[in-house]
Amino acid sequence: MSRTDDLARRNARVALICGVTIIGMVGLAFASVPLYRIFCQVTGYGGIPGVDVPAPGAATEGPGAGRIMTVRFNADTDKGLPWHFKPNQKSIDVTLGEQALATFRTSNQGDRPIIGTATFNVTPTKAAQYFSKIQCFCFTEQRLEPGEILDMPVTFYVDPAIAEDDTTSEVTTLTLSYTFFEDTEAEQEAGLPKPEKQAARVGTADQNQRNSRTGG
Amino acid sequence: MSTATIQDHDDHAHHDDHALKGWRRWVFSTNHKDIGTMYLVFAVLAGLIGGAMSMIIRMELAEPGLQVLGGDNQQYNVFVTAHGIIMIFFTVMPALIGGFGNWFLPLMIGAPDMAFPRMNNISFWLLPPAFALVLLAGFIDGGAGTGWTLYPPLSGSTAHAGKAVDYAIFALHLAGISSLLGAINFLTTVFNMRAPGMTIHRMPLFVWAMTVTAFLLLLAVPVLAGAITMLLCDRNFGTTFFDPSGGGDPILFQHLFWFFGHPEVYIMILPAFGIISHVVATFSRKPVFGYLGMAYAMVSIGLIGFAVWAHHMYTVGMDVDTRAYFLAATMAIGVPTGIKVFSWIATMWGGSIEFKTPMLWAVGFIFLFTVGGVTGVVLSNAGVDVALHDTYYVIAHFHYVLSLGAVFAIFCGFYYWIGKMSGRQYPETLGKIHFWITFVGVNLSFFPMHFLGLSGMPRRIPDYPDAFAGWNMVASIGAFIAGFGTLFFLYVCWVTLRSGKRVAANYWGPGATTLEWTVSSPPPVHCFEEPPVIGPDPHHHSGSGPKAQPAE
Ligand code: HEM
Ligand SMILES: [Cu+2]
Repeated sequence: MSRTDDLARRNARVALICGVTIIGMVGLAFASVPLYRIFCQVTGYGGIPGVDVPAPGAATEGPGAGRIMTVRFNADTDKGLPWHFKPNQKSIDVTLGEQALATFRTSNQGDRPIIGTATFNVTPTKAAQYFSKIQCFCFTEQRLEPGEILDMPVTFYVDPAIAEDDTTSEVTTLTLSYTFFEDTEAEQEAGLPKPEKQAARVGTADQNQRNSRTGG
Repeated sequence: MSTATIQDHDDHAHHDDHALKGWRRWVFSTNHKDIGTMYLVFAVLAGLIGGAMSMIIRMELAEPGLQVLGGDNQQYNVFVTAHGIIMIFFTVMPALIGGFGNWFLPLMIGAPDMAFPRMNNISFWLLPPAFALVLLAGFIDGGAGTGWTLYPPLSGSTAHAGKAVDYAIFALHLAGISSLLGAINFLTTVFNMRAPGMTIHRMPLFVWAMTVTAFLLLLAVPVLAGAITMLLCDRNFGTTFFDPSGGGDPILFQHLFWFFGHPEVYIMILPAFGIISHVVATFSRKPVFGYLGMAYAMVSIGLIGFAVWAHHMYTVGMDVDTRAYFLAATMAIGVPTGIKVFSWIATMWGGSIEFKTPMLWAVGFIFLFTVGGVTGVVLSNAGVDVALHDTYYVIAHFHYVLSLGAVFAIFCGFYYWIGKMSGRQYPETLGKIHFWITFVGVNLSFFPMHFLGLSGMPRRIPDYPDAFAGWNMVASIGAFIAGFGTLFFLYVCWVTLRSGKRVAANYWGPGATTLEWTVSSPPPVHCFEEPPVIGPDPHHHSGSGPKAQPAE
């Protein structure tokens, strides 16, 4: 019977290797989440701009010297977040390398304090890696009391290297876009009241959907 | 060794399965042939249900405006989703891999059974509950209308608030586990249970195809499992893997899905390649042209297949260099694919070709798969694809490689092997009629979709402008003809199993040289208990094997 025993052992070995491979691939799938995030931050892939670097000052030499870039602003809120959120200026013209300041006005139209966080991206996405934010309201959570109005700043610059890159040198306009989401986790930590369940029944379709989502 | 001696083994063998009679024989089966049969029956049943859904889709699309679904567009998307999932995971894969793979891989390498017969049983029996979950996902809470790709945010908890998508995810989990267990079984069998003398480079091409397929399953399916598990968590446990409000990115899901999804399309076509090679060799009475090239073409298709996934995502905003890379890599896959097509043609070239029904399907496959390959190369151009992505052109492309490729190969294998599996031969005239009905139907249905796509008709939308009306009517008529062909196929099955002529071990004659033709039709419950001798003996010379063999 030693031949069959031997076969059983060899079979078990192949099966084991296969099993380890499967587990390894599942692991890789999950590992892709942090890897992908790092990849996007490093490369600006998917329109994620660089953050937290001091501006070099207006470029004085090279193809970027003295070039003007129009930066346009866009502001959105998630469905059901009762905030008004608008840029205070439609666009700003900046010299490459120069630091600029834009502000956004937010007001809480709801009847409860709400904490929100904003996600952001820059289009065209291929140019996002040259857009750097020095300071931004989107780096932290924002808390607004009912009826409160808040002006929020973002300081940024556009890297002169954008003019040296063949794939982006023709770009003259960038759009910086924000979307505010309610941060229910932060609200829970801060002990804020939850969005009322009652509202779901009488509320808008949007609120209905939202509530079924946060409630689920 | 003759058929008679193998029959003998059967009589002397004492195995538990012998005791199993009636329903127990099937439910508790550990026999690769019985399990293969169950997979085939399952695939046909699932195919009928999935096919019925496509009939509803074509009824809806036959004319502009809303027809049979009365304007319930979610219901339309539910049918599209269920049709895709059923055809891929519950028809093509069970038929080609579970069905023909189980039946013929052990026979072709002279193994008595699969390496893990009990696990084989579990692989099969995971499928019916998975299928039940898919159907449930179609009925409950408005159904899952996400498409088989399950992209968030559409598949997220806002757009699909009920339980439907969760059931679809569970279904894929079960089907995935089933496939993975199957893959482990195939690989172990191929590595450890080949008959003496059956070296890697003498394995028949179908065995090569199944081996590469099993590798692809092993590396691709776990990534799908990971991705849909994350999606499940996003939906139910408040994680934000794919939700931007928590820092996630829906595009990541697409990357993970297609890292699985592109190899998956080859998982569906490689076994088909294997079958076609055998049939073309058999009916040309020549060994396959360029055996090693054929084998390694499949290996390289498998390898490159993991490096091209983002050609499904040209429109998500990747930078130009990334798109250029994926464009080039995708076109590179056309090379080994071309090698295969040319080798089939070279095999037929100068052969004494006999156009029996299996050969009709095989030639049909080569012709139509090539059409699909060409439109694939068109789509691989990132610039062109921006216009064609998510149009009917893509639908035409993948139905040419799948419905007219993989499905033709399934019918090809059916007519080639049904005599072997059942001991009864199909009626030749009926087989040919079935082929021609199907051939006319599917081409009438899918060819016009190229035109519709080029003129901009989007996929997954139940209504369209009047300008698209003509070709859509043609496509629907074609689909109904193909649907009739399917019913005709059931009739052919019935006639075959009831009154088909009894056949001997090798009913195809000298062209059929692989080991399954050395055992009786149907084969005894147990064969190759004593491994067959693979040598210069012409009876055991594998026809799709190397030409260099001294035999014949
Ligand atoms: C030379 C070989 C091939 C090339 C170059 C190719 C290329 C492509 C490209 C670029 C797309 C994306 C189109 C789009 O969504 O805009 C695509 C889609 C697709 N291809 Fe292929 N393909 C090839 C062979 C195959 C084969 C052999 C199969 C299956 C057996 C297949 C199945 C599919 C499927 C299912 C889709 C659509 C997936 C979806 O969006 O639902 N392709 N192909
Ligand atoms: Cu692909």
